[in-house]
Order: sequence, then C-alpha cells, then structure tokens
Amino acid sequence: MLRHLLNPMDFSVEELDRLMDLAGDIERNPDKYAHACDRKTLATCFYEPSTRTRLSFEGAMYHLGGHVLGFSSADSSSAAKGESVSDTMRVISCYADIAAIRHPKEGAALVASMKSTIPVINAGDGGHQHPTQTLTDLLTIRSLKGHLDNLTIGLCGDLKFGRTVHSLIEALSRYEGVRFLLISPPELRVPSYIREHLDKTGHYYEEVQSLDDAITSLDILYMTRVQKERFFNEEDYIRMKDFYILNKAKMALAKEDMLVLHPLPRVNEISVEVDDDPRAVYFQQAQYGMYIRMALILTLLELEV
Amino acid sequence: MLNISGIENGVVLDHIPAGMSMELYRYLHLDKLDCQVAIIRNATSQKMGKKDILKISGPVDHIDLDVIGFLDHKITVNIIKDNKVVEKRDLELPKKLVNVIKCKNPRCITSIEQELPHVFFLADEENATYRCKYCEEKYSKKK
Repeated sequence: MLRHLLNPMDFSVEELDRLMDLAGDIERNPDKYAHACDRKTLATCFYEPSTRTRLSFEGAMYHLGGHVLGFSSADSSSAAKGESVSDTMRVISCYADIAAIRHPKEGAALVASMKSTIPVINAGDGGHQHPTQTLTDLLTIRSLKGHLDNLTIGLCGDLKFGRTVHSLIEALSRYEGVRFLLISPPELRVPSYIREHLDKTGHYYEEVQSLDDAITSLDILYMTRVQKERFFNEEDYIRMKDFYILNKAKMALAKEDMLVLHPLPRVNEISVEVDDDPRAVYFQQAQYGMYIRMALILTLLELEV
Repeated sequence: MLNISGIENGVVLDHIPAGMSMELYRYLHLDKLDCQVAIIRNATSQKMGKKDILKISGPVDHIDLDVIGFLDHKITVNIIKDNKVVEKRDLELPKKLVNVIKCKNPRCITSIEQELPHVFFLADEENATYRCKYCEEKYSKKK
C-alpha cells in the first residue's frame, strides 16, 4: 500500500515505536543494512535551500546502498519554468522509488503526494510541518531519556513560524503526562490551531516569556532559531532574533539531566560555550536524524532486512 | 405589495436573512445559469421581521446545498415539482467546502498554484471553524 509521511500524525504511536526500534537496530548494526536499498533511488526535491536536511536524506540513502537524484533549489528545477508541484512529482515518480520534498509553501508536500505513485516524505513545507525532524526529535529523546511520556518540555524561540515546534508538540501530545512550556515573545506565539489541539488533548501548557524562569523545571529544552526567511519585514526579524540566547549562566539554572535539543542550524541562540556541556545533545540529534530517515525509507519502501 | 408568481419546477430558498440574497446569488454562481431567477429582498416575515427569498426555476442538481448550509444553515430549501413543494431539505454546516472560500494565507501552496481547488474542512462545528486542507489556516464564520 502506497504510504506517505506528510504529518507526524500519519503514523500511529505503535508504528512510531516500530520505526524507532528499527532506527535503533540500524544504529547498532549498520552493516546489516548496507545493501538494503540496492537499486533503489531517492529523489530529493528541494525548492528551498536546506543543506542539512537534504544531506541527511542523501546520507541515509547512501548508507542503505541506494542512489540519490534531485535538485536543491527552485531555480534549478522546472518550477522556474512554471511547472506545478503536482506535475513535477508525477514526472519524478517515473525516475525514483521514493521522494523527499521541501517547499517554502505550506501544503506543498500534500499536493505532491496527491498525484504521486511513489511514497512522498514531507521534508518541510513552509512554516507548516517538518515531520522527519519530529521523528528525529522523538528518537533523540527516547534514546537519551528512555521514554517519551511524563516529560516537561520547554520550546523556546520562534514558535509561530517554527514548523519543527508545531510538529513536535502534536507528536508529543500523544504521550501521557507531557507538559509544555511555550517560551516565546508575544509576536512569535504558537498558532491558534496548536493551542486548540492542546486544549482538546487536555495536556498542560503554559505560554511564558522568560527562559530563566522556565528552565528550572524542564526535562527537555528545545531551542529554535528565528528564521529570517519567515519574515516579510526585515525590522521585525532584527527585533526578534536576539530575544533568547542560551548560555552557561542559563544552563546553571537547569536540572543536571535536562537535555538541550535544537533542529539546527543554530545561529546565536545557543552560545558555543554550551556545546561542551554534556546536556547539549543537538549534534547527536543530527546523527539520530540520519538513522530515523534510514528507518523511514525502509518502512515506506516496505523493505525488510 | 409586490406579487411574484410561483414556479413550476425548481427551488425556493426561503428565510434568507435580509440583505444576504445577493451574496447567496454570487456563491451559487446563479449569474452563470440560463434559468429564471427571482430575487426578493426585504419581504415581510413573521419570524424574522424582514427576509430575502430566492426563486430559481429549472433543474436543482446544479444548486450546491453545501454552500447554502455554509452561509446560513437556517435557510429553508423547498424543492418544487409541478407547482408543489415536494421536499424540504434541512441544512447543516458542510464537512467539506470546495472552491467556496479561498485560503488567504500568503504562505499556502494555493497562493502560487492557481489550478488547485481551495478545499476547507470543518474543524470545529460549535464555532463554525474551517481549516484549509493544505496549510490548516483557519477560516471562521463567526466574526
């Protein structure tokens, strides 16, 4: 059955567990999977620049023994000639076995999936969803904390346009006892549909401005970058970008076992002095990102090893 | 007192809030139909004080009842055959709207791909809230 990953909620909790178990096995036994995708091709359709996510997908496919083709900006694709996402994806379906799409417009991955005959993975659609980052975040937390329930997680920075934040909140809201502290300036609060979602699920959440106050109670601190490309107005961006900076002094207020995650790239919201703190796990997180993408590719292609 | 005769076959939309008939006319694309349409504005109503009525003569298959339900589910829909009301349809908020309202989110894929249908799903019946199928942008009927 043709399956896509457009939204983190496309997989049930049980399916996510299986996916994370598979990622764990890949991490422990990489050789076992080295030829799992022989003669399979991944298309990376990136309509906006994203070195990290694209390379993570490409790395994942190469580590599975597969091939990769694609484009890394809209300028170098037929979108520059005015071709629709849907048409592009129908053509790519003829060349590849699976596709990862990133697009600056919200809902683009859904449109891509509607006419595609191969599995489509949403690698980020504007400020909307970024499910593979969410899977990465979940795997990181589960691997390092041992569980996903009963955690207090602080999400800090751009909660309005930060798609990783939206996806992560939705995904974690399926686990019991998760408490959310939403730390942002008033202009960058989470969108209303996320608040409505949390109201419906009955999870505790609080919207606060002070990172210093919130950090003491956190098991996980998820930092985000204020992204210039999400603003129509340069002035707004400049005003917001230095609102939160995590440094050693703030880390001193946190629990000894709190983990700091960040979807990367980081700019200045986490001071480099924090990198050596054992609680800073954002580079490990990137490694988990590749394992979970490997597991995802295998699962969507229905390949068993 | 203005007298407008009944219709032999067609549909009568009654109890339209006064002033809304032209909006309904546009949403139903009645200007594109080649049939007789009577628009009665500010008719006297015991229940509403004033109301609008739309009488559309001809086949009713092309009338999108979902649109009427979306605009105001209290509007009465009377199907007329051989000069008689043969059916009264109850309306409710439609679960899905296609090309009725447009997504206004400038970041939505529909903002650049013109051929895509604008699809909204009913997200919250109590508050009459719809969300864009693509970007989940909210559209609320309650102002």
